[in-house]
Amino acid sequence: MTCDGKNRHEAFRRNGRTGLTLDHLDRLEAEAIHIIREAVAEAERPVMLFSGGKDSVVMLHLARKAFFPARPPFPLLHVDTSWKFAELYELRDRLAAEAGMALIVHRNPDAEARGINPFDDGAAVHTELWKTEGLKQALDAGRFDTAFGGARRDEEMSRAKERIFSVRSASHGWDPKRQRPELWQLYNGRRAPGESLRVFPLSDWTERDIWAYVAREQLAVASLYFAAERPTVARDGTLLILDEEARYPFASGEAAVTRRVRVRTVGCWPLTGALESEAATIDEILAEMARDGSSERAGRLIDKDQPASMERKKRQGYF
Amino acid sequence: MAASLLRLLTCGSVDDGKSTLIGRLLHDCQALPADKLAGVTDFSLLADGLEAEREQGITIDVAYLYFQRGARRFILADTPGHEQYTRNMATGASRAELAIVLVDATKGVLTQTRRHATIARLLGIRSFVLAVNKMDLVGYDRDRFAAITGDFATFANSVDIEAVTAIPVSALEGDNITAPSARMPWYDGPALLPFLEAVEPPGGPAVAGLRLPVQQVIRDGGARFYAGTLAAGSVRPGDEISIAPAGTRATVARIAMMDGDLDQAAPGQSVALSFATEVDCSRGDMIAGGDPPQLADQFEATLIWMTEAPLLPGRQYLLKLGTQTVPATVQEPKYKLGIDTMEQLAARTLALNEIGDAVVHTARPIVFEPYEQSRALGGFILIDRLTAATVAAGLVRFALRRSENLHEQLLTVTPEHRAALKEQRPKLLWFTGLSGAGKSTIANLVERKLHARGRHTFLLDGDNVRLGLNKDLGFTAADRVENIRRAGEAAKLMMDAGLIVLTAFISPFRAERAMVRELVPEGDFVEIFIDTPLAEAERRDVKGLYRKARAGKLANFTGVDSPYEAPEQPDIHIDTMAMDADAAADLIVRHLLNGQD
Repeated sequence: MTCDGKNRHEAFRRNGRTGLTLDHLDRLEAEAIHIIREAVAEAERPVMLFSGGKDSVVMLHLARKAFFPARPPFPLLHVDTSWKFAELYELRDRLAAEAGMALIVHRNPDAEARGINPFDDGAAVHTELWKTEGLKQALDAGRFDTAFGGARRDEEMSRAKERIFSVRSASHGWDPKRQRPELWQLYNGRRAPGESLRVFPLSDWTERDIWAYVAREQLAVASLYFAAERPTVARDGTLLILDEEARYPFASGEAAVTRRVRVRTVGCWPLTGALESEAATIDEILAEMARDGSSERAGRLIDKDQPASMERKKRQGYF
Repeated sequence: MAASLLRLLTCGSVDDGKSTLIGRLLHDCQALPADKLAGVTDFSLLADGLEAEREQGITIDVAYLYFQRGARRFILADTPGHEQYTRNMATGASRAELAIVLVDATKGVLTQTRRHATIARLLGIRSFVLAVNKMDLVGYDRDRFAAITGDFATFANSVDIEAVTAIPVSALEGDNITAPSARMPWYDGPALLPFLEAVEPPGGPAVAGLRLPVQQVIRDGGARFYAGTLAAGSVRPGDEISIAPAGTRATVARIAMMDGDLDQAAPGQSVALSFATEVDCSRGDMIAGGDPPQLADQFEATLIWMTEAPLLPGRQYLLKLGTQTVPATVQEPKYKLGIDTMEQLAARTLALNEIGDAVVHTARPIVFEPYEQSRALGGFILIDRLTAATVAAGLVRFALRRSENLHEQLLTVTPEHRAALKEQRPKLLWFTGLSGAGKSTIANLVERKLHARGRHTFLLDGDNVRLGLNKDLGFTAADRVENIRRAGEAAKLMMDAGLIVLTAFISPFRAERAMVRELVPEGDFVEIFIDTPLAEAERRDVKGLYRKARAGKLANFTGVDSPYEAPEQPDIHIDTMAMDADAAADLIVRHLLNGQD
């Protein structure tokens, strides 16, 4: 991982001159930019989901490249749950400001009023109300007809078949039978009345690609992805990072333990499993993944509630 | 870290062991995390997908899988082996550069093997691996392998497949997957993964020159940048280019990228160009250099039908090719391919999963290259205007009528252009029937319903026309003929203007109705017989005309002392004794929109 942005650009220019073929990150980047431009060209009110996680950081960077030298012509949207990591809130606000883009933060008022949380209500209810319902509310309120998401097909088996342009009904549901065949790089961005689209520019990227690209483009990502001493608890076989210790309902005899941990994905901190790790750089993360990989979303407690749970959530309108 | 990217497709018959092979590839390239691998003894389960599919026990869609080996990143499209899923197969093949065709060594080359390989070739794949699987079940027999590769080679020749690498494997046992198998010492070729890692799929004939379809115009202050992905050729600052279809010329000023300007851009790169001078250029235009691009509004194409509702020849769809989206119609197919033998069969339409050739007309000329030369510039989709669904994929074969000379693109505006702008097919809805039958009432309702659906219409009513255009005409037989002739000509002009025209004239004579039918394009005259028995019309007598006629105060009154020749085979027959005006209007609207929504 020695290739920094400047060297990489030099290599790019050289390649252009000598007619060498693009490497796989160049191709994935160009294809994602193509997708973003195409979706915006056919949308009336596009929006980009943005949480500050590594995938959304990459997606935002691609959007900036797609519309350079202008700014991307759409706002960013964060569907907040009030339980995200503090560092992610800061990063989210900073990156949105750097991009010069409007940031809409939506919290489901119903969930807020009822104080929905993962401890008392469980992961399923928490996710359903804050994220699935919250997303629907935010999209309806903004009358957004096209929403970019950072999901990748390698994350989960049911996502392996997801389209890049995914059609959702007026109630935001996903019907596998209504998905359109996608040929070439020719995307159908048209919508029947009431329908909207989710567009996934990172569909063909893998977790390894994301990290290699973060390194190449020198993107700022949360320090949570890198191993450090952090206060944790072990609950039901999962290590949780106590991001806001005051909000954690300690069981009797339970106490914070400092462990050297990192996360592979960031969601709500009470639902994000950490792993004990020594990987403190991107090179070390890639080496760790190659050595003892487990599936990236294995740390996400929300996927484990029920069999085929991701697919069920998608049908209901989860991103 | 830098690796090259190879997109590939696996295809084969249902039980050829495809899922096992894919599971094996993912496993051997460590693309599967430990928690997914835990306890899995059947590799085929690793390539499993959607909930509904698990219940059915078959894959029903295209799944994309990702793995890396050495300096190569693979994107593998897994498409089902079931024959009714041509659609998925074509989708997976559309971006693949290489196809792995699986054959079960115990069964040999099957009809479905040939079909899948043909579709893969049709979609532009030029590099094939014939993976003869289950070699363990035939005792790793060299002769069996030779017989199968011989069979396939004969077939491959016949469908213009040149590059075939045959590899004997056992996905289950892992023979010849990552390394040469000791159980087949007679085979001296590469094992599958090392081959995939090294292969450079041959390209087709290249497009001679720059092709950059414009996706977006990016405005930054006063400056304009034209963004798109290079489909062919290369571009440098200072290059003289032309903008198709207008043919405007310009000089490239900058290739602006966030990392800094580029000296040169190559195919596959997503760029933004600026020009030295201000020019007219927008989404759907093509920035071109070298040989001028082809431009046509009529071409022959291969269509792969992808939706339940079959092709309706003459119906207007939207055609999207590159960044151009235009209304288009498809003629009756010249032929379709037989599902088994791929021979050319007569066809009037194309149903789901059928492949055939047809002539496509676009509402305005589009810029393209033949599919064999460029997937990006010759592949298109057809979109249903109402549901927005993708109904077909198409491959441009060749233009039938080229629009010559890019520099003189001042087209005459034709009726087709006007209709295309209105996004409708002009029709003449000719209402005929006795006085008082209900023609005007129903025609009015039909016009209101069409208007509500965004159709551009005009109603020519007999009474009104007689007050103006035809006020010099009376009711003799000769004047009746002239009355209808003028109405027909007026209607025709309005159709040329792009309108759906409704007329309400008694028009009692078959010959004149036939004359009007001849005036307008075939199929666009819709004769609607408002059938009310004379006794009923006379009973209603809304305008009191029958009474006057019976009293001898009106001469030559149809049905009284002038004949009415009822249509023998009207396009629509409305029996007003059996349905009310609103139901009749709905029936007519349905009939009309059936052909063009």
